[in-house]
Amino acid sequence: MSDTARRIATSSQTVGPFFHFGLAADPGLGRIAAPDAAGIHIQLRIRVLDGEGVPVPDALIEVYQADADGDFPQQAGAGKHGFSGFGRLATNADGMCTFATIKPGAVRSGAVEQAPHVNVCFLSRGLLRQIYTRIYFEGDAGLTTDPILGIVPPERRATLMARPSPAEAATWDFVIHLQGEDETVFFDL
Amino acid sequence: MIDPREVAGTQPPLLYPPYKSTVLRAPSKPLIQLPHDFTNLAAPLFGDLPIGPGDNDLTRQHTGEPQGERIIVAGRVLDEDGRPVPNTLVELWQCNAAGRYRHVVDDHPAPLDPHFTGAGRTMTDAEGRYRFVTIKPGAYPWRNHPNAWRPAHIHFSLFGTSFLSRLVTQMYFPNDPLFPHDPIFNSIPDERARRRLISQFDLDLTEPLWALGYRFDIILRGRDSTPFEERA
Repeated sequence: MSDTARRIATSSQTVGPFFHFGLAADPGLGRIAAPDAAGIHIQLRIRVLDGEGVPVPDALIEVYQADADGDFPQQAGAGKHGFSGFGRLATNADGMCTFATIKPGAVRSGAVEQAPHVNVCFLSRGLLRQIYTRIYFEGDAGLTTDPILGIVPPERRATLMARPSPAEAATWDFVIHLQGEDETVFFDL
Repeated sequence: MIDPREVAGTQPPLLYPPYKSTVLRAPSKPLIQLPHDFTNLAAPLFGDLPIGPGDNDLTRQHTGEPQGERIIVAGRVLDEDGRPVPNTLVELWQCNAAGRYRHVVDDHPAPLDPHFTGAGRTMTDAEGRYRFVTIKPGAYPWRNHPNAWRPAHIHFSLFGTSFLSRLVTQMYFPNDPLFPHDPIFNSIPDERARRRLISQFDLDLTEPLWALGYRFDIILRGRDSTPFEERA
């Protein structure tokens, strides 16, 4: 390709309220790890609340994570046995969706190690562009040295933590507050 | 590495009160810039999303042909350096010719079409090209403000090569009289950027005695994902 003139990225527009039959028709995308994939199997339950604390029933949540060894699949669909690394679900009437996955491992790049985390790309009606956040796991030993948490103001780090469900085994809860005192930390890429 | 941040005015803000749904949903605190060294940007995003043979022809997904004006929508997907983005998933969804989505929350009193779902997907070829056959969508009313109508549009979703290049947008049609009245279209400050969301009628894409062609080229972020010195 010889034409290397600089282009301007196409503008984003909202995903709107009607995306389900186009982008969320496959419930199989809620399963990131098959039952026989290596690792600690968990249910990752995400709930989304708006600025008045009302559940957001029309969000589209995409998650992308490393496997139990901390490796990301290097090609689409080419993850280790039973592991895709990618999930996509719409929230339900309660503003919730649940991914069947495994706890990711710590991600090493050179001398730097990131604590286990799940990357989130978030879209919904009322958002003119996607926003990004990260889900960490409360209590993980690597949290104190994670380089990304290190650039988040200490008083806001708790908004990035999933917590074990008190009632259900192997279930982690993560709440996305779009606004308010507990507004989740969102990242710009 | 080139700083990847957007060109001023070419992307919509998070909070845009004329589009009312942004008011309680747009984050109010500043976003935190994520250093790209730590974001594993080179890795692919989507898992195995199978593409069926008819998935890029929305007029042949049922036993009969849908009502409305048959059109061809095609274009190229490029990165910010003008390089094609090959083998990337392009998904689209839209309402039917009467302005009605096949969706439970769409209560617009316009007819559903038993022969039209309105969703398609395809992969770009080695030159970044994609092509769909569909029906021209209708305009439809919404409750954002009194007498609010959306200009006819088709929703597009693309992944590109990384989390960074993810794009969800809407493609419009030339000369729509609703443009000045639509807060979603007008949420993009830069007029030229808005115009780039309008497809262009293309006689070369048009198939004689069969369907009009509209061209819509898409530029994904991603220039920064390859340092200059690594390029030939």
